[in-house]
Amino acid sequence: MKDQNENIKAPPKWVDLILEKCIAPHLLEDLQGDLYEVFYNNLTTVGVAKAKWKYTLSALMHLTPYFLKRNASNYSSSPLFSYDMLKNYFKIAFRTLAKNKGYSFINIVGLAMGMGVAMLIGLWIYDEISYDKYHKNYDRIAQIMQHQTRNGEIGTQTSAPYPLASELRSKYGSDFKHVILSTWTNEHILTYGDKKFTKTGNNMESSAPEMLTLKMLKGTWAGLKDPYSIMLSESVAKTLFGDADAMDQVIKMDDQYNVKVTGVYEDLPYNSTFRQMTFLAPWSLYEISQPGLKTMEDPWRPNNFQIFVQLTDHADIDKVSAKIKDVKKKNIRQEQLKFNPDVFLNPMSKWYLYSTFKNGHRIGGRIENVWLFGMIGAFVLLLACINFMNLSTARSEKRSREVGIRKAVGSLRGQLVTQFFSESLLVAGFAFIVAVFLVMLIMPYFNDVADKKLAMLWTNPVFWLLGICFSILTAIIAGSYPAIYLSSFQPIKVLKGAYKAGRFAAVPRKALVVVQFTVSIVLIIGTIVVFRQIQFAKNRPVGYDRDGLLTISLSTPDIHNHFEAVRNELLESKAIEEMAESSSPPTNSWSSTSGLDWKGKDPSLSVDFQYNEVSHQYGKTIGWQFMGGRDFSKDFATDSSAIILNETAAKFMGLKDPVGETVTWFTIPYKVIGVVKDMIIDSPYEPNRPLIYNLAKDPGIINIKINPGISTSAALAKIEAVFKKYNPGSPFQYHFTDEDYARKFYDEVRIAKLTTFFSILAVMISCLGLFGVASFIAEQRTKEIGVRKVLGATIVNVWGMLSGDFVFLVLLAFIIATPVSYYFLHNWLQKYEYKTEISWWIFAVTGLGTLLITLLTVSFQAIKAAMMNPIKSLRSE
Amino acid sequence: MILVMKRTFLGEFEEVVLLVVAACTDQAYGVTIWESIQHYTGRSVTMSAVHATLYRLEDKGFLSSEMGGATAERGGRRKRFFKVTAYGSKALLEILQIRQELWQAIPSGRLQLIQS
Repeated sequence: MKDQNENIKAPPKWVDLILEKCIAPHLLEDLQGDLYEVFYNNLTTVGVAKAKWKYTLSALMHLTPYFLKRNASNYSSSPLFSYDMLKNYFKIAFRTLAKNKGYSFINIVGLAMGMGVAMLIGLWIYDEISYDKYHKNYDRIAQIMQHQTRNGEIGTQTSAPYPLASELRSKYGSDFKHVILSTWTNEHILTYGDKKFTKTGNNMESSAPEMLTLKMLKGTWAGLKDPYSIMLSESVAKTLFGDADAMDQVIKMDDQYNVKVTGVYEDLPYNSTFRQMTFLAPWSLYEISQPGLKTMEDPWRPNNFQIFVQLTDHADIDKVSAKIKDVKKKNIRQEQLKFNPDVFLNPMSKWYLYSTFKNGHRIGGRIENVWLFGMIGAFVLLLACINFMNLSTARSEKRSREVGIRKAVGSLRGQLVTQFFSESLLVAGFAFIVAVFLVMLIMPYFNDVADKKLAMLWTNPVFWLLGICFSILTAIIAGSYPAIYLSSFQPIKVLKGAYKAGRFAAVPRKALVVVQFTVSIVLIIGTIVVFRQIQFAKNRPVGYDRDGLLTISLSTPDIHNHFEAVRNELLESKAIEEMAESSSPPTNSWSSTSGLDWKGKDPSLSVDFQYNEVSHQYGKTIGWQFMGGRDFSKDFATDSSAIILNETAAKFMGLKDPVGETVTWFTIPYKVIGVVKDMIIDSPYEPNRPLIYNLAKDPGIINIKINPGISTSAALAKIEAVFKKYNPGSPFQYHFTDEDYARKFYDEVRIAKLTTFFSILAVMISCLGLFGVASFIAEQRTKEIGVRKVLGATIVNVWGMLSGDFVFLVLLAFIIATPVSYYFLHNWLQKYEYKTEISWWIFAVTGLGTLLITLLTVSFQAIKAAMMNPIKSLRSE
Repeated sequence: MILVMKRTFLGEFEEVVLLVVAACTDQAYGVTIWESIQHYTGRSVTMSAVHATLYRLEDKGFLSSEMGGATAERGGRRKRFFKVTAYGSKALLEILQIRQELWQAIPSGRLQLIQS
């Protein structure tokens, strides 16, 4: 009975059990003692139940990490981040860096290049994805677009018919805050006093400034209410008025309309779709200048304009888009229904990065480049990190003694890890600073090549945060391998000198070299293929002669009205060989028509032919190559109803002998008098489209072939004089056709230049690393080489032995890189209709080239090692 | 030149525990220290907090400890007696000095304002 009583008066057994299991043994006795003492005191004061309860509570409160089971340490605990130790780590790190200047240089410069590239690409990507974000209604703005079936394919276009805007406003008005008709961004002449400039701008409806949230420096968003008003960008206001106040000044537009400046807005940024809109004129002025607009016989047919909308705050863009899908079908005439026009909204967030459509579906766009360069940036940075890791591990044997001594005097492994991380942090910090300078240095060239206006975001805290996080991340990635590997050495072995890296210690290092060269080889092959693709497209027959050809677009009718006089004067002065008028320049097509009919045409086929209205001299000016029939001629009065086809049009129509056939164009019969070879008008990567030429009614372009007998500058001076004489109201502005044509390759050339830049950097970084590793290996094997030489090895033997390893690694990288690059490039080429082959020699050249570079890099060290006097190297210990 | 304070700083609770150990007339161990703290400060403190602080102060070198003899009231377990080390007393004196200087620096008028 007494036993039981004792038991009842003892603390609960299970609590003691937990304590004994969990609490560190060296603390248990006095802890539990204290608890017991309190328990027995409580027994007398508060009773058994409460005492037990208090004991349990108090005991369980001890189950914190502080008391948990661990071994008693004989030493006082040393915190990982003590100030003194960190100071020491940095001091040692500095000394190590200063001692091995060459390796430190390779390390820091390599890493800085990688970081610089990553930073540059980061800025570029930031710029790409912030495209159009300048406009505050970014999330609500959309453009009206259509999918239409033409020539049997679904095409997607931004142009829309004029009455669609009022239709949207009246029938779907509750979904839209603004519906704005706009012209294309065209060149216009702005005149103030004797100052004349050609500037690009749009005519838009009056709420456009509000929708686009232009930042008004002067005036208000309501400045386009009056038809005879204009709003200027800051830079245009400056060119016209200098520092004087532009507001309420009257300027002349296209030498015809007097308009009053009602506002000046901040220049739109370079990464805005409207960047070329340097002035904004009212839509109502456009209506006044085009009186035919309102009296058009079938205004729903031509797609001439752009329509931008801003949705109301609650409207869902997809729902509205679905709602307006059939708006055009309900209004167009019966015979146009075969085009099957589906109207939809393209949100502003997708204008720039996701605006490639195929067969009526969005398939991507520039976002592919963002991914491409993002990946390249990540890879180049990876290469730089690999260098760092490789050099550190190669150096590990040299530092193994330091690790041994540190461990012997009491360093814990955690401290050594901290030490190596602080070392890589230091190098990464230096590299970051160097990288910032490199980026500043390269930025202007990069902007030039990439067609960007990037700037360092000095004041942006996110930029710095990212940059610093990035450096720390790089330091941790780059420092992880040495930190974990070096700190694992056993002090006794290392200090006895018995430590030798095992056979497999070099495997990770070799793997890293293979990764580096795989990436480099893929980049090189990619660059070559991109260049080949551009060359392939450039080699396509153009179909006309671009030499000495220039185009002048007319804003006023003066030259057209005096065409013969101008032409005669220029011919007499021997400035030109020939000149002609046309409605589109040779490098672009501005008009297309659906109203064509011919013998044997499938009546349900919806067609879309480009057309160009030209004057009699056009063929001679541009150098048409006839496949049959004849040119327009003044000898035949009937030529006013004659047309000339291009080769594709003749094929498309399926006429056996097109010359002499009759083609109906909106009920008017035309006779085919000739067929010319295709001219590349649109993209050089795509097949030509059917095109017809007829004689001009109201062309807007002058094409001039300069007399090859005299210099271009002399000819231009003469042409300018004559143009000024007949058209004093306009500034003389011209385009060289070959330059316009070259612009078609702009996107691809830009990608080519950028990939070249990055490949060169990748190869440089890889070689830098290889150089460092090779020098370490040569140093490590000094004695072996000495012995070999004593035994009769020649320099070539030694060189072959040292280089052989690396050649093997590069070959391995080549074998990996070949299928990888083939796969990616094959996919890339699929988006082009006209594409180059990926021939075997590209791989062969790349492989040989890489091998050569590798040998050059390694040989320097190998030959240096091989030439060493064996006596010296053997005596060194 | 920057003057680096080499002294490890004491938290408020650490300071109280250290002072209590110093003030104990008998030999100080867990239970007596725990009771004294509650007695002097009037707040309720868990025993685990006191234990943790005592060991931490020992780790930092402000206290030293030794095991005493076995006692029946504790189920035969020994007590751990704590003593303030020289480093600990130096730290306490330093704190006292700083406090005193600060007290003397308070203008007399202000103190009355607080009291009234």
